Amino acid sequence: MKALHDISFEIPKGELFGFIGPDGAGKTTLFRILATLVLPDKGMALVEGFDVVKDFKKIRKILGYMPGRFSLYMDLSVEENLSFYATIFGTTIKQNYDLIKDIYRQIEPFKTRRAGDLSGGMKQKLALCCALIHKPAVIFLDEPTTGVDAVSRVEFWEMLRRLKESNITIMVSTPYMDEASLCDRVALIQDGKIMKINKPEEIIVDYRFQLWAVRSGKSFDLLKDLHNYPGIHSVQVFGQSAHIAFEKSILSVEDLRKYLINTGHKDIEIEEIKPNIEDCFMELMVLDPTPQEKKIINSDSEGTML
Amino acid sequence: MVQNIITVKNLVKKFGHFVANDHLNFEVRKGEIFGFLGANGAGKTTAIRILCGLSYPTSGEVKVGDFDIYTQRNDIKRNIGYMSQRFSLYDDLTVYENIRFYAGIYGLSRKEISTKSAMLMKKLGLEEAKDKLIKDVPLGWKQKLAFSVAIIHDPKIVFLDEPTGGVDPITRRQFWNLIFEAALEGITVFVTTHYMDEAEYCDRVTIMVDGKIAALDTPAILKKTYDAANMNEVFLKLARNTSTA
Repeated sequence: MKALHDISFEIPKGELFGFIGPDGAGKTTLFRILATLVLPDKGMALVEGFDVVKDFKKIRKILGYMPGRFSLYMDLSVEENLSFYATIFGTTIKQNYDLIKDIYRQIEPFKTRRAGDLSGGMKQKLALCCALIHKPAVIFLDEPTTGVDAVSRVEFWEMLRRLKESNITIMVSTPYMDEASLCDRVALIQDGKIMKINKPEEIIVDYRFQLWAVRSGKSFDLLKDLHNYPGIHSVQVFGQSAHIAFEKSILSVEDLRKYLINTGHKDIEIEEIKPNIEDCFMELMVLDPTPQEKKIINSDSEGTML
Repeated sequence: MVQNIITVKNLVKKFGHFVANDHLNFEVRKGEIFGFLGANGAGKTTAIRILCGLSYPTSGEVKVGDFDIYTQRNDIKRNIGYMSQRFSLYDDLTVYENIRFYAGIYGLSRKEISTKSAMLMKKLGLEEAKDKLIKDVPLGWKQKLAFSVAIIHDPKIVFLDEPTGGVDPITRRQFWNLIFEAALEGITVFVTTHYMDEAEYCDRVTIMVDGKIAALDTPAILKKTYDAANMNEVFLKLARNTSTA
């Protein structure tokens, strides 16, 4: 089973680059190759100019890595974990404390607590400190916000953006589409292939269709009724709204409103909107589906929302 | 008449001195989609484990589907379904073997297993994948199958613990189709999620902060009360600046 198919990309120094895609897209495999833990079958990769196969030892000295699921020793305390990582890399906590100060201060009050007894958000902060303690040139964070609540996610990304000021190159992966807008550039990845690489704003500009958000008093019926509207390209639910896409200049909002009134809807709101990354991602999945994706899309049979 | 399928009164759960659940009071109505949200460390998992009959409260009253948590835990287990992101199906069994296994545990007869598994596989478009090992089935399909298996015995309530974590956005929406169908058929759905747009699909949502219930209402009322445009804003307003870091 191929995990990655012909992936090519470049990340300039100091960039905050995101790999956005669901589980199984190939993100972890890619990160492991670049972290010199797994060998590629074909192709080559350079990290800070060093080859991942021939010069792996050199890469390991300058790389900080936070793998998915935590990299901490659960039976060691916060302080012990940090000290351990510092020691392996031949440095001390004191030496690079400035780099991690902002993050570490938030967990310092708990420094004698066992890592296993920390909440998800705290573990995440500690793991990030451990990945930074040797002042790496590059850091790879593999799904650092998975399973973490919305508040901690926001805080974590604030920390990453502040890290950029130290000119560290940051490569992050995430299944959360809304986090794409926090990156300098992103690669949308699905089924081992990169569907698009660009700045998030540019990906949104490239979206081919015109998009509206529609609401009514009867959300459930709304989706069904919209599905049946002539000329509609796609309908996707987003919380209380339905995002509907049409080829440019096809939709007459007044006609749609009349149609919805006739199908029994009240409190109708129709608003043209810019797509978000999730809209774009779904469209790319549908535009050029892999065999796997085709099955997913077609597997939706009766009574659908899509 | 509204019927309550879960009743929780003054539920307290302590681990040593640490109070994980601090006098929780709430009811879940039959057939509703009940969202159970909270920051990490707020006490959600502790509460869910108690409701599923996996752990005893320190004190308080809990009834799940008319059964008492202290004296009728096995009855509770028989009448609920459970599915989580982290564990759903056995990787080294096939699609069909997993269905057969779980249906068997839930006490379905051979005939019922045969009929239901055929129906289920057809509905999810998995007939071709019948003899595929679960570890070779893509995550999104696995999760949809796991949900269907969790309700194969038509339980009164199904507990879903972050069921759509890490799943692609199209499958996520298909998954919620399945949830809506189940709710329409009268199954009460108790779901936790970190996707705030999913909180909007729930009939009512509760948000736990520091071991207590900080809010419980419909998404519409919560948004009004906290002057928020969406559930994400409601959550951030309630869950920020708490003592659990």
